[in-house]
Amino acid sequence: MCEDCGCGLSAGIPVGISAHSHSAPGDPEHGHLHGHGGHEHGHDHSHAHDHDHPHSHPSSGPGSEERQTLDLRHAILEKNDLLAERNRGFFRARGLLVINVLSSPGSGKTTLIGETIRRLGKRLKTAVIVGDLATDNDARRLRESGAPVIQITTGTICHLEADMVARAVKQLDLTGLGLLIIENVGNLVCPASYDLGEDLRVVLLSVTDGEDKPLKYPPMFHLANAIVISKLDLAKPCDFNREATTANIRHIASHARLFELSAKTGAGLDDWCDYLVKQHEAVKHRDPLGA
Amino acid sequence: MHEYSIMQSALNQALREARLAGAAHVHQIRLRIGVLSGVVPDALQFAFEALTPGTPAEGAVLAIEEVPARFWCAACRKEFVSANLYAECPDCGVPSGELRAGREMELSSLEVSHV
Repeated sequence: MCEDCGCGLSAGIPVGISAHSHSAPGDPEHGHLHGHGGHEHGHDHSHAHDHDHPHSHPSSGPGSEERQTLDLRHAILEKNDLLAERNRGFFRARGLLVINVLSSPGSGKTTLIGETIRRLGKRLKTAVIVGDLATDNDARRLRESGAPVIQITTGTICHLEADMVARAVKQLDLTGLGLLIIENVGNLVCPASYDLGEDLRVVLLSVTDGEDKPLKYPPMFHLANAIVISKLDLAKPCDFNREATTANIRHIASHARLFELSAKTGAGLDDWCDYLVKQHEAVKHRDPLGA
Repeated sequence: MHEYSIMQSALNQALREARLAGAAHVHQIRLRIGVLSGVVPDALQFAFEALTPGTPAEGAVLAIEEVPARFWCAACRKEFVSANLYAECPDCGVPSGELRAGREMELSSLEVSHV
């Protein structure tokens, strides 16, 4: 995977290069920090050059090794980000609502998705892309709901990436489809870094997860557009502390729309499904080229 | 542990840019990593040491600048830096919906030489 990501797409993107030899005589700071030939020493670059503008110091000094600073400012995941934007354009042009469903393993993503598809029925035709390290168990479970399902097995990769989604989408018949649900690999850390081209990120937190999950995994919760507290039917046996959980969610992600539901009993599912239908309406009427 | 693949991406970009600039060695690679990026700097260092041997960046220094989470408080009309990653404004307590910095994952610059 690594061979595929982040490299090879920077041609044509302007790169600021500042010729910067660090060995100018009369410049004691540079001379001291960088003017040595044959040995390495740690230097933290705390001297004043902020790379905001190309500038050069004429090099000289016999035996000095000419060093050059290349200002790049590349997004490390540039390739993934570009592919995600391509996915987004593709989805928008089709008026498709795409949600990226994220949680730790075992928080109930698959069960919620299956129930969501059943409840939405004809209101919103749905397909699923599901990512796991191995097995197609989730895909088989989800197919029972009648929706088309594509399983991505990532091998050792702990998250989905935009190109995996693009390849999976090619296997789907998108005719009449309103909602694409991407069930990410169960992991509250790594998937936070990878945009897939989705409209909404939905993070699940089950009542068995512990109320401080949002504080332990702030990057993921901060990115959530919606947060679903799942397995509400287990709240009592688990001594679920609702007040502490919602307070912790507010600290990190007060902007997120909060749902509390049980896919098993159906409690709260109508609100959740109505939300998806409304979001789809908004997406459907959006100018594909608009911001 | 996606830091390994993120470091591999950054290193691939760095080596490519160094090659395009005609450089023989990379002496330093500087990254900017936001505290809300989901990437752990220590894990990047670890991956860097595993990935660089045998490349033009062997022995190079990986310098990581951590970018703090900076929010905009619309009520107070000012930015604040959040140490605990809470989005509430420390002055008025209103949660901010606007993160202005802290999600960066950027290869900022390289130091290279031609010999």
